[in-house]
Amino acid sequence: MNLTVKVWRQKNSKSEGKMVSYNVKDVSPDMSFLEMFDVLNEDLISKGDEPIAFDHDCREGICGMCSMYINGRAHGPKTGITTCQLHMRSFKDGDTIVVEPWRASAFPVVKDLVVDRGAFDRIINAGGFVSVNTGGVPDANAIPISKIDADAAFDAATCIGCGACVASCKNASASLFVAAKITQLALLPQGQVERAARVEKMVAQMEAEGFGACTNTGACSVECPKEISQDTIATMNREYYAAKASSKNV
Amino acid sequence: MGWLSKALSGNLGQKLIMSLTGLFLISFLLEHLLSNLLLLKSDGADFNAYAEFMKTNPVIQAAEYVLFGGFIVHIIYAAIITAKNKKARPHGYAYNNPSANSSWFSRNMGLSGSMVLIFLIVHLKSFFVPHKITHSATMTIYDDAIITFGNVPYTLFYVAAMCLLAFHLNHGFQSAFQTLGLRHPKYTPFIKKLGTAFSILVPAGFAAIPLYICFIR
Ligand code: HEM
Ligand code: SF4
Ligand code: FES
Repeated sequence: MNLTVKVWRQKNSKSEGKMVSYNVKDVSPDMSFLEMFDVLNEDLISKGDEPIAFDHDCREGICGMCSMYINGRAHGPKTGITTCQLHMRSFKDGDTIVVEPWRASAFPVVKDLVVDRGAFDRIINAGGFVSVNTGGVPDANAIPISKIDADAAFDAATCIGCGACVASCKNASASLFVAAKITQLALLPQGQVERAARVEKMVAQMEAEGFGACTNTGACSVECPKEISQDTIATMNREYYAAKASSKNV
Repeated sequence: MGWLSKALSGNLGQKLIMSLTGLFLISFLLEHLLSNLLLLKSDGADFNAYAEFMKTNPVIQAAEYVLFGGFIVHIIYAAIITAKNKKARPHGYAYNNPSANSSWFSRNMGLSGSMVLIFLIVHLKSFFVPHKITHSATMTIYDDAIITFGNVPYTLFYVAAMCLLAFHLNHGFQSAFQTLGLRHPKYTPFIKKLGTAFSILVPAGFAAIPLYICFIR
């Protein structure tokens, strides 16, 4: 199939960008969306043009790098997948496809489709972990966890930090990402010691990074490749209000 | 109390205030609708007596200040949050398809809320100001309501405003519970259904009264 791809081109974080139109010929329906970009880039290189910069790594839906806003939606028209898992059979011959970087003040564009998601790292650094002293490995069954809680914690833990939630939220809110980590660790026995401090610090960092406030549109869960539930956001809110009301951290 | 004002000044704190004031305004809507039903009794004596009670009872007087406070705080925080959220995405998308992942109602709370605010100002000017503040009204509040709603454009404006209130509540009712973290697999489906029913029935109830007075009575 032959396609027209309109891509955001931006030299560096300082320069003004613009949409540029490219024709891509002989695209196989079996190609992934990123492979289609590889073909386009090969073509640009052979013509002596600058290839389009885009983030990618695993190409199997687990690293969260492949941030592309495709035809008005994070990771394109399908739900529950990343861009690397999107195949060209989801498009028709002759289609025009618009590809933009994630848009959020907290995710500045570095180049073309590449954005800086360091804000997510700083939020995790603020408290998205359990501090443990390494020692002997405990028995796996030494800490009992109910099946329901273990499943819910695991569901929350599947977040790959891709940023699709921020990209698709009309408020560029990072609530789903932050709530996923808070929920995961609040449900597990290992997370209890730092529970209140964690939510206070992570939420404070989220706000310092300039993400917007959640207005519960639910867009993030629909676009999340791991389909993380709105339950997590309610949990985060509850954890936050409880921590603020009861923690001894004045 | 420094910790409290700090907790309430962040995004989540401001949302807490939005949701509590929103739920408080919802409880007011129910009370207001029930008292409006007295307008359907044709002699107006009960409605006038009720209005007189509302005007003079000291507890109601105090509640009225709380109600105005609730509106003002809700509106101020709506403006603060909306402005903050605009700033979080200074550069929008060239091509966006938000209807694929969220409802129009949920994305346009600022619009529906602002329309409700315009209605509120007109509405206060029609009834509250002449009967309560300036005492310039020359007739009973029941007669005033009958004459005001007899005006077709005014009634249509009222009905349109109730549609926008319905849009606001359609998202707002369940959203307030989500904001408060009140979400549970047993109760949330019920809250969502209740919210949909409330957002349709209460504005429809408000709209039905002027429609009845204007076109049927
Ligand atoms: C009778 C009148 C009103 C009622 C019952 C009401 C109720 C609500 C409720 C329950 C919410 C959801 C809160 C949450 O998600 O936490 C809400 C949100 C909102 N309201 Fe109102 N509201 C009213 C009037 C207004 C007015 C006059 C404005 C603006 C001028 C306004 C602007 C907003 C905005 C922008 C939101 C979304 C904010 C957010 O989700 O963070 N509302 N309202
Ligand atoms: S919550 Fe979902 S959309 Fe957001 S970063 Fe995690 S995996 Fe991506
Ligand atoms: S490249 Fe790793 S998730 Fe797409």
